[in-house]
Amino acid sequence: MKKIEVIIKPFKLDDVKEALSSVGIHGMTVTEVKGFGRQKGHKEIYRGAEYLVDFLPKIKVEMVVSSELVDQVIEKVIAAARTGSIGDGKIFVMPVETVVRIRTGERDLDAL
Amino acid sequence: MNAADTAFVMVCAALVLLMTPGLAIFYGGLARSKNVLSTMMHSFFLMGLASVIWLVYGYSLSFGSDIGGFIGGLDHLLGRGVGAEVMKDLTIPSSVFMAFQGMFVIITPALISGAVAERMKFKAYVIFTILWITVVYAPICHWVWGGGWLQELGCLDFAGGLVVHLNCGVAALTAAIIVGKRRGYGTRAFIPHNLTLTLLGIGLLWFGWFGFNAGSRLAADGVAGNAFLVTHMAAATGALSWVFAEWILKEKPTTLGFASGAVAGLGSITPACGYVGTTAALVIGGVAGVICYLAVLAKDRLGYDDSLDVVGIHGVGGVWGTLATGLFASTLINADGADGLFLGNASQLGVQAVGVVATILYCAVATAAILFVVKALVGLRVTEEEEDAGVDTAAHGEVGYNL
Repeated sequence: MKKIEVIIKPFKLDDVKEALSSVGIHGMTVTEVKGFGRQKGHKEIYRGAEYLVDFLPKIKVEMVVSSELVDQVIEKVIAAARTGSIGDGKIFVMPVETVVRIRTGERDLDAL
Repeated sequence: MNAADTAFVMVCAALVLLMTPGLAIFYGGLARSKNVLSTMMHSFFLMGLASVIWLVYGYSLSFGSDIGGFIGGLDHLLGRGVGAEVMKDLTIPSSVFMAFQGMFVIITPALISGAVAERMKFKAYVIFTILWITVVYAPICHWVWGGGWLQELGCLDFAGGLVVHLNCGVAALTAAIIVGKRRGYGTRAFIPHNLTLTLLGIGLLWFGWFGFNAGSRLAADGVAGNAFLVTHMAAATGALSWVFAEWILKEKPTTLGFASGAVAGLGSITPACGYVGTTAALVIGGVAGVICYLAVLAKDRLGYDDSLDVVGIHGVGGVWGTLATGLFASTLINADGADGLFLGNASQLGVQAVGVVATILYCAVATAAILFVVKALVGLRVTEEEEDAGVDTAAHGEVGYNL
């Protein structure tokens, strides 16, 4: 099992969610986050005082999937979230040891 | 007594009261979210505190029988002698006059609070405002409106260019310097947390300002009508000229610029509104938007932390409006007033300048003295940890947003 963490532009969330549903991902956790990478921030002006705002709003989508689904997920996310301009985000994949469904006590793939 | 005048002034008093919550919303939006409540409390608290001071002795010091042109006597302590009988030279009961003037003593110190927002200790703020209303507001109000020396001299201030705007602007500058900068000023970003609140606030201020200016005629007549019209026009041109100035200098027309320009125009027309016509109003508002914007820009170079720009907007606007009254005033608009420089009476501009200089000197010295007393008594600032965490939790044990 792998955990996939995806950072995307906020307005791409619906596209990404739909693309993931099409490969059978029916659970995910979404967080509103702020951050920056190569995409620099933007300038804001209040009564003439200029501020460089580094941290831009992004969406983080987290999901745990069986290992064989990983490549498919990555492909789908790229297709859905890519605009081609700087700031499209990143995908992180990491191993997961155990998953437990709290309601039933089921473990691992049964619990996904 | 005239029923129409009385009804008009009562409605205007209620409009002026509404400006204080309006100001709280205007300032609250400009603060950071961790300080929104303390910033708003600075205004709201005075609706209680200043009102009680006004009844107990503030009104008497301002409008009691004149003592040496400097201050009023104690003949109206606790509202003694204030009631249904008609005010001398007016057509409204003294109770209505007292209520109307009482709204001004609330908003003037509330305006100052913008300069010390996000760092002043609440206890210090309370003591400061009590002393400031007593030692600064009441005498200057008496000089200009209560039969004091500036009024005798013929200084024109229809609705509070000196008493309210320049007065609060000078006090704000003094307080910003003595209280000191917010932690991180100049290195960290101080970004308004909710400009939608600020825009709602300017809406309420603009609305209430009709009562502030037109109501200052204390009668429902042609001069009040003129004040109403020119107030609106100066707000309009102030908002436009600020926005166009920043559009040219900083490439973007901002909503905060529109709101700030409207306040600059409104503050500047305040002393003039009962004496000048519509063309003058366009000029007064238009110039106000530009010079107040430039004054706010200059703040960074001058190095004081006037958090919400009271000095640049009310102080500069108050000076400009009071001097502009000496330029544009016309007895054709108001026979009780005087002609200004452009109608051949250069001396009026001199009299207005005397009012400006006297207000600046007295207010600066007295405000500084009060602040040093308060500093010695309880200290002026919250601790550094409290400032970092936000004054709301430290002073009031609340947060503005539990989302």
